[in-house]
Amino acid sequence: MTTAPPIASHARPPQASALAASLAFAWRSLLKIKHVPEQLGDVIGIPVLFTLMFTYLFGGALAGSTGDYLQFLLPGTLALAVVFVTVYSGVTLNRDLATGAFDRFRSMPVWRPAPIVGGLIGDAGRYLLAASLVIGLGLGMGFHAAGGPLGILAAVVLVLVFALALSWVWTTLGLILRAPNAVMSIGFVILFPLTFMSNVFVDPDTMPSWLRAFADVNPISHLATAERGLMQGTGTGAQVLWVLAASVALTALFAPLTTCLYRRRG
Amino acid sequence: MRSSEAAKATNPASLQARSSSHHGNRVPAQTYDPRPTNPGASPLDDFPERWESYGSMSLSSPLAVEASGLVKTFGDVRAVDGVDLAVRSGSVYGVLGPNGAGKTTTIRMLATLLRPDAGSGQVLGHDIVREADAVRGLVSLTGQMASVDEDLTGRENLILLARLLGLRRADAKARAAELLEAFDLDDAATRLVKNYSGGMRRRLDIAASLVVTPELLFLDEPTTGLDPRSRNQVWDIVRSLAAAGTTILLCTQYLDEADQLADGIAVIDHGRVIAEGTPAQLKASVGGGALHVRLLDPDQRPEAERMLAEELGAVHRESDPAALSAQCADADRAAEAVAELARAGVPIAEFSLGQPSLDEVFLALTGSRAQDETVETEVTA
Repeated sequence: MTTAPPIASHARPPQASALAASLAFAWRSLLKIKHVPEQLGDVIGIPVLFTLMFTYLFGGALAGSTGDYLQFLLPGTLALAVVFVTVYSGVTLNRDLATGAFDRFRSMPVWRPAPIVGGLIGDAGRYLLAASLVIGLGLGMGFHAAGGPLGILAAVVLVLVFALALSWVWTTLGLILRAPNAVMSIGFVILFPLTFMSNVFVDPDTMPSWLRAFADVNPISHLATAERGLMQGTGTGAQVLWVLAASVALTALFAPLTTCLYRRRG
Repeated sequence: MRSSEAAKATNPASLQARSSSHHGNRVPAQTYDPRPTNPGASPLDDFPERWESYGSMSLSSPLAVEASGLVKTFGDVRAVDGVDLAVRSGSVYGVLGPNGAGKTTTIRMLATLLRPDAGSGQVLGHDIVREADAVRGLVSLTGQMASVDEDLTGRENLILLARLLGLRRADAKARAAELLEAFDLDDAATRLVKNYSGGMRRRLDIAASLVVTPELLFLDEPTTGLDPRSRNQVWDIVRSLAAAGTTILLCTQYLDEADQLADGIAVIDHGRVIAEGTPAQLKASVGGGALHVRLLDPDQRPEAERMLAEELGAVHRESDPAALSAQCADADRAAEAVAELARAGVPIAEFSLGQPSLDEVFLALTGSRAQDETVETEVTA
């Protein structure tokens, strides 16, 4: 039977720093992966499916052989797979907000954006897993990275930077929409045209001019180009800079929007 | 204490039935006295000074919660429609009302989760809107939905909260272990909360609110859906917290619970406080006492109901299928009614005469109020 609980607790400790609070939330999302590994199904499924399916489906028709096509496609698949996985940051946030646990977090003296920032730090782990799967699979299928291990590493870092910036779009949606499924549907409805109308699968030169115009400015195209450059060892600073600029722009717009929506919620 | 607790738990609907078992057996010997301080009339009267003094002491002791005219509207629905509350520091204050009365919304505004549309609130001297951070530093919330993370273990939940509150890693682990032991959860410490029973989840939930002892604890329906044993455990926890000086604002839809735990009660319905006072005052406000009868054979209830109605007037069916109650302030008439039942061959298992239960208070209050509401709705529609 419960005896008198130890209610006489220590004096109130100094408030946790923004970093400590965010890291505590990151720990929480990693624990959730540990306890509910099923939730990684999409993070594993999407990269594997994209890499295998597109290589063997389009390879023969588009490049004459799957081997040649893989050289062209894999850096784009890397971008594609990680970008699709980012949608889950908004899905998770939306699901979390409906739980009583979040009510408690919000009634505590904690740096307000910490649950979101911490969640994104945890998400970075998922993005890294997705990226590793694409690269591992690609190398196994015969992808040759002229850029070497450093090139691959740089490509992974760049895609993570872009993915984290893009995540803020989904966290914003996650705060606006009512159901996790709605976040997922809208996320995919936005991402499918955006990713396919790019230079990931084919050279835009073969497209009608209006579509090519779109593909040329599409941030996904720029990301795929930069990834190809880094992995093939032909990258230019301008390509990378373009992606970094897009990342900064996305973050500058959507991070404050997310924070503001989160603060005003309720 | 434990055995009498268990006896109480068997019949939560009727305070008087419990009180009679408290005093030995069947028919309570004491005569009915409508004064609220009548010793032994209710288990609540164990501490009459506390209740009698609830209102009068508010001048000398500071208020933990002071709300005036709180309003919150969701679309067309005025969930909270001008709530005033004054909760004395160190007391257990019950906010009592049916589902949808606005209890949770009120608590969420006071806990800084919702911004009021109108009105103002002070919690421990801090404005709930302008000084929300200061309020958050002093209160804890145990929400209506279990406010713990289902996908984590009990220990992980407590460590996470301790880290968020600024405890160092080692201190956080120590505090989690301490709380798990005190709340009888150490065996389940490494199990996922989603596999906990309702009672365990609630205990963890309350433990989570105490990682750093709050000055004020919001408890939103802490025993909804719990079995009687778990409910008694939660009640014991609330009592010991209160004894250690934490102010508790308790939302409940169980009259029994407010009666058991609270020093002061606000009855809330349709987003407004419709009555306020000590449990004894509320019961006295209804006027007379009540005769409670439990029959040996539930099948005879319609017959007994008819006879009691003839003798005493309006009869209320208790949730216990063998029990009835009737308004009656006169002991002689009550005795006559009981004798009448016995003569007519309706055997009685138990009867008592006492103050009206909060159940009856509530029906009386909300019953009359409901008509007013209907009129208002028609006017505004």
